[in-house]
Amino acid sequence: MRMKRVVITGMGSVSPYGKGTDLLFSMLIRNESAVSRISSLEYIGGLAPRVAGVVPDIGITEIPRKIRRSMSAMSAYAYLAAIEALSQAGLGKAAVQSGRLGVAIGSTLGSPGTMEEFFRHYIATGGLEQIKSMLFFRIMGHSAAGNVAQALGVSGRVLSPAAACSSGCQAIGLGYESIAIGRQDYMLCGGADEFHPLVSGTFDLMHAASTAYNDSPHQTPRPFDKKRDGVVCSEGAGVLLLESLESAKRRGAEILAEVAGFASMCDTGSIAGPAAEPIVACMRAALEDANAAPGDVAYINAHATGTELGDIAESRAIAALFGASAPVSSLKGHLGHTMAASGALESIASVLMVRHKMLLPTRNLDSPDERCSGLDLFQKPVEAAGTLVVKNSFALGGINCTLVLRGWE
Amino acid sequence: MTDQKVIERANAALAQEFELDLGSMLPDALFREDLGLDSLDTVDMVVVLEQEFGIKIGKDPAIASIRTVGDMHAYILGKKREISPSPE
Repeated sequence: MRMKRVVITGMGSVSPYGKGTDLLFSMLIRNESAVSRISSLEYIGGLAPRVAGVVPDIGITEIPRKIRRSMSAMSAYAYLAAIEALSQAGLGKAAVQSGRLGVAIGSTLGSPGTMEEFFRHYIATGGLEQIKSMLFFRIMGHSAAGNVAQALGVSGRVLSPAAACSSGCQAIGLGYESIAIGRQDYMLCGGADEFHPLVSGTFDLMHAASTAYNDSPHQTPRPFDKKRDGVVCSEGAGVLLLESLESAKRRGAEILAEVAGFASMCDTGSIAGPAAEPIVACMRAALEDANAAPGDVAYINAHATGTELGDIAESRAIAALFGASAPVSSLKGHLGHTMAASGALESIASVLMVRHKMLLPTRNLDSPDERCSGLDLFQKPVEAAGTLVVKNSFALGGINCTLVLRGWE
Repeated sequence: MTDQKVIERANAALAQEFELDLGSMLPDALFREDLGLDSLDTVDMVVVLEQEFGIKIGKDPAIASIRTVGDMHAYILGKKREISPSPE
């Protein structure tokens, strides 16, 4: 089968910093934390973490009611990110609605807040009488993808990979494959999630949520650091506009990067405990897809969330495959873990780092854990020595994903 | 409760739900053509009016014949005896 090359021509972000990719990158460069103490978590019984990275007021109500009414926050974030990506790519309505553009946007869950709203009423009244028509559309597993497609008039394929924290990375991979095999010319790809105590509570149950920095939220999470104590849950959306290289050249679009390779593999050793070997296999498969060798890689954007087990497994995998040949950092020290959005937001930031030839270190990494040794965990910004990026995302359920991105020169 | 008060409460509840300008809710205004509501909004209009007035409308076939704001007023006024007192 003839494979097409796939490039990125637009990027859109809603992060715990706020709306926009410029804001995201400028805050990362300034080494700002997006994590804060959340007052609504104070009185939830049995919940130890009190910090999260939540999106500030970004004017969601400016989205016309007709398209907003079926959106929970995650769909609104995804829609705003998609609009930004299309705007940067200069792709107009005719192309968006041509049937040649598709959507692949995943989330961990359908809106948990809306589900809570439904069950609170259902259980209290024992009935459905006062349920409004739009509630279900916010709860659907493909709510973010479906809402973006409806709002923009997308008539191509609409995919919604639900792979928890790997959803965004997997969606970009599915978009890349859709274009590479010629099924679509353009794909809006990424992930979106909204914060809910169900998610941080689940990590807390597994002793994998950060709880020691509730009074100093900017000091957590701490990927790879000796004093790390777990995940900080965040929210947001990242959406990238992928298109075939031939389409981008024909349109005269500015090419930001190439999606050079992708792999998605499953670690069947545990539903929640990552191991190094399956991560090595996944990164190796993605590099093979990109026809690249480990020595070609100039930067590795790690999944590293700041958990005891995850950071060690990923470090060992990177050390085994790359040694200390490529600088490694995680952006979760800045953003917290934006869940399904993380693969997309961190890919966007990685593309910008390579474009600016400046690699950003892991925030809160003061003293690397000895068990995360054998790799280049740089602690100050460094100049990028090349353009090839490996981006990892791993998820509960054993879903490992790796993207290989190549900065465009 | 006066008819006028019932109308004011109905208008206010629907204006809030559907983000309408109260001034646009004239008796002759058509929900679909003038106010931009569609069939899904009509479903929710029933829920909003039930909640506002503490009445039961459900799948009353008479709802289908409501075209204007005035039709809606007439429908609610027809149920005036079932209406709960204003929460104020």
